Amino acid sequence: MILNYNEKIPNNVDINDDRRLKRALERWQPEFLNWWNELGPDNSKDLEVYLRTAISVDKDGWAHFDYVKMPEYRWGIFLTPSDSERRIGFGIHKGDPVWQEIPGEYRSDLRRLIVTQGDTEPASVEQQRQLGKTCPSLYDLRNLFQINVEEGRHLWAMVYLLQAYFGRDGREDAEAMLERHSGDPDKPRILEAFNEETSDWLSFFMFTYFTDRDGKFQLASLAESAFDPLSRTCRFMLTEEAHHMFVGETGIGRIVRRSCELMKENNTEDIREYGGIDLTTIQKYLNSHFSVSTDLFGQELSTNAANYYNSGIKGRFGESKIEDDHLLHDSGYSILELLGDKIVTKEVPAINAVNERLRDEYILDSNLGVRRWNKIISDFGFDFRFMIPHRAFNRNIGQFSAYLTTPEGGIISKSEWENRKDDWLPNNNDKKFVQSLMQPVTEPGKIANWISPPSGKINRQPFEFEYVRFN
Amino acid sequence: MIEFNTEPKKYKHWSLEINPPVAILKLRVKEDGGIKPGYKLKMNSYDLGVDIELHDVVQRLRFEHPEVRSVIITSSLERVFCSGANITMLGLSSHEHKVNFCKFTNETRNAIEDATKYSDQIYITAINGVAAGGGYELALSTEYIILVDDNSSAISLPEVPLLAVLPGTGGLTRVVDKRNVRRDYADYFCTLTEGIRGQRTVNWNLVDQLVSRSKFEETVQKKALDYAKKSKRPKNEKGIKLTPLKRNIYKDRILYENIVVEFDRKKRIVNITIKAPSENLPSGTKGILELGAKFWTLAMARELDDLIMHLSFNEPELGTWVIRTRGDADKILELDQTLINLRDNWLVREIVLNLKRVFKRLDLVSRSLMVLIEPGSCFTGTLLELVLAADRSYMLEGNFEDCDNLPAMLRPTEMNFGSLPMCNDLTRLQTRFLNNPEKVKNIEEQVGKNLDAVKADKLGLVTFIPDDIDWQDEVRISIEERASFSPDALTGMEASLRFAGPETLETKIFGRLTAWQNWIFQRPNAVGEEGALKLYGTGKKSTYDKKRV
Repeated sequence: MILNYNEKIPNNVDINDDRRLKRALERWQPEFLNWWNELGPDNSKDLEVYLRTAISVDKDGWAHFDYVKMPEYRWGIFLTPSDSERRIGFGIHKGDPVWQEIPGEYRSDLRRLIVTQGDTEPASVEQQRQLGKTCPSLYDLRNLFQINVEEGRHLWAMVYLLQAYFGRDGREDAEAMLERHSGDPDKPRILEAFNEETSDWLSFFMFTYFTDRDGKFQLASLAESAFDPLSRTCRFMLTEEAHHMFVGETGIGRIVRRSCELMKENNTEDIREYGGIDLTTIQKYLNSHFSVSTDLFGQELSTNAANYYNSGIKGRFGESKIEDDHLLHDSGYSILELLGDKIVTKEVPAINAVNERLRDEYILDSNLGVRRWNKIISDFGFDFRFMIPHRAFNRNIGQFSAYLTTPEGGIISKSEWENRKDDWLPNNNDKKFVQSLMQPVTEPGKIANWISPPSGKINRQPFEFEYVRFN
Repeated sequence: MIEFNTEPKKYKHWSLEINPPVAILKLRVKEDGGIKPGYKLKMNSYDLGVDIELHDVVQRLRFEHPEVRSVIITSSLERVFCSGANITMLGLSSHEHKVNFCKFTNETRNAIEDATKYSDQIYITAINGVAAGGGYELALSTEYIILVDDNSSAISLPEVPLLAVLPGTGGLTRVVDKRNVRRDYADYFCTLTEGIRGQRTVNWNLVDQLVSRSKFEETVQKKALDYAKKSKRPKNEKGIKLTPLKRNIYKDRILYENIVVEFDRKKRIVNITIKAPSENLPSGTKGILELGAKFWTLAMARELDDLIMHLSFNEPELGTWVIRTRGDADKILELDQTLINLRDNWLVREIVLNLKRVFKRLDLVSRSLMVLIEPGSCFTGTLLELVLAADRSYMLEGNFEDCDNLPAMLRPTEMNFGSLPMCNDLTRLQTRFLNNPEKVKNIEEQVGKNLDAVKADKLGLVTFIPDDIDWQDEVRISIEERASFSPDALTGMEASLRFAGPETLETKIFGRLTAWQNWIFQRPNAVGEEGALKLYGTGKKSTYDKKRV
């Protein structure tokens, strides 16, 4: 089979001239399509979706809109154009030219990082595969699919790195990414947050707001990498990741707006009987997704993270804008620690606290959207305010996983936790209720009762536009 | 730079007298003749320089003197045979020098045993005075030990009580494993600084014969003649001259006639390319004898031996040796067939035995060995052993793009099935497929046949067979990654993986005795400020950390 790969796979990495990549992709692409058909969005292969396709890295090239059947989506491979002057910005190799090849010394660390990052991309597609059946509008359905194909493209991006730079091991890793499946008891996805089904749209928006934001911070740290192809890949991925978080933030905002409307119309906070999601329930979903996503940053003190930093393969968020020596051999960083029954700050070596610093940035960033949601509530004149829970709350990884706390971070006993956890995290009733609202709305211009229509447009098309065609 | 090439007329410490069928090798160490400054080689104590000469003479006796059937090792100093390795030298030496020194001296002792056993050039020792430590260990490597009974000449292994180290040149192993001295007697013997003399040495089998001073020389001579009579070495044959190696050493390159060596100091690798012969080859013993040291198999082996020693001692930071071959594989096949057909000839036997010892030395190097099998290579028979000796091998499947060479092939010959055993006494194939003789048999069925990468992989001869698309990165990453690991851990790992199978005297010496010695050489009790090696000769008493480890 001779394919013109440049046409089939939009790219700026000269696939057609790269024998190794061509061969690897010849084998991988059919496997990817099988995977997509089996575990991608359920029952979607004949839908024509108004999708954005990146066809080049130019200003206009990354946002090319048209109707596409998803299996025919042109998953492309794009790296931010290279900067021949780029130097390593941190760690022991600081100041050296960036690497265009994998140094043998860091082969296994780089492989692990890329595999871990890559594994999350198809995982979220798998987690969300049933959501299309209960979309609140064609606009939202289209956004879901846009995110799905872009997560697919992010998988391609990581697979490209594995296939182009890691030889046979890389090809095997690429195949393994399609063999592990979200929630599979035998071959689960690597990170726990990616093994739970996203069963409703409230969860979907929370996921794209909180969990994709973890993606943003991980990608931004990898964008600092001394391994230039990884850095360039991640920089391009970040442009897409921003859109996913936008879908999450506006999605939650629209739910909040609709809830406030219902509260105002009916003069009650308990709007379930009017088909709206009460703010308390939204807060519970927020608590759950925030805490699970916070786990993704790993241990507070990490030897791996220190090694990655020291060797230059994973930096800090916005590394170049940080004013310090970028070596971290002698500097400290404050982290939270439990002392007796109080959470206090403690100074630790900064190089071991790289994960925690990233988590700090993530928490700050997560607060911005929450403020906008609270603004909606206050504009309606209500007193309710969403709150990001304390980082110690509901953790499964890190020092706080050994403790039970309130969302405010107060240490509590197991029995108190058992008594109160249903007030803080979605309980079965909440889940059942949210699930009951998930009825598909597929008529152009129509929207489900529990969410308000978007204010923005896609490629200047109005909300009434037929974003998805059912044939 | 330490130089391993020498010849009898340059010897400082040994003299060789040949009265066929007996040769006498006399030690008289030149006190100021140390290989490095800072110590005097008193009392026939030795350093590496003394042992390099011994290594040279043992080698020469085999090739240059077929008429020599027994060799007497003795000393020309009064009342001193040999007092072992020089302690001040050990105290001044870096750890890696001590380890290399110890390994080299062991290899020389093994060569003495090898000459006795396989070349029928039988070594005996005439201990004419004190034989302490390495002195007695030298005697242990010979077939028969005669000790002068003069009421003062004692044999001893005083390392433990005196120096807090071990008799590391095979002493502990040979006492119990070779001479079958009972372990409790051996234990006692090895803790006596003053050693043992007189009848007890014979009763405990530490020596074979005790002879009074007046009858000593005569008895020794007679014993040597007895052994010479038993020897099956040829009569009326002329030896060949081991001519000096032609070698040019540059900063990052060494050129031998048959081996090209290039250093990549940044990556800490040595690229070694062995070239097959290009001329017509001799097919009979006459031709081989005429070529002598120029005969390819011998010439290449001598060069490789010199290279291994040079790199081991002089280039300690070049941690990975990447070995390739180049040339006409049919020539190697032809040579191997000649060696097999003429195996009963004394010179051919010596050539093969030498090859065996060189490959054993390669097995023992503390370097990562990687073999790259590319088109144009000639890993046939003798050279296939390199693939089997390597820690890892990569064979190109198919060909490089835009290259019209034939794909790389491996080819077993009879040489791979018994002539070149490792120090565990198994062939490299038997070791590779330990307890799987049918796998060895599968390969034996392929003798003389070309095996491409897929077949070689299937038969288990190579580690990986990347094609040309993957080749460069797979090889580069693998070499770079290895260079980033701890050299110590790699040495330990490789030494543990290379010698599967049964223990032999040699594996015990290298794997057990030397390993313990190298550990002790690192410990404060030996080399700390108050350690025994450091304080030796100062009159101060060493203080030991009393904890048993």
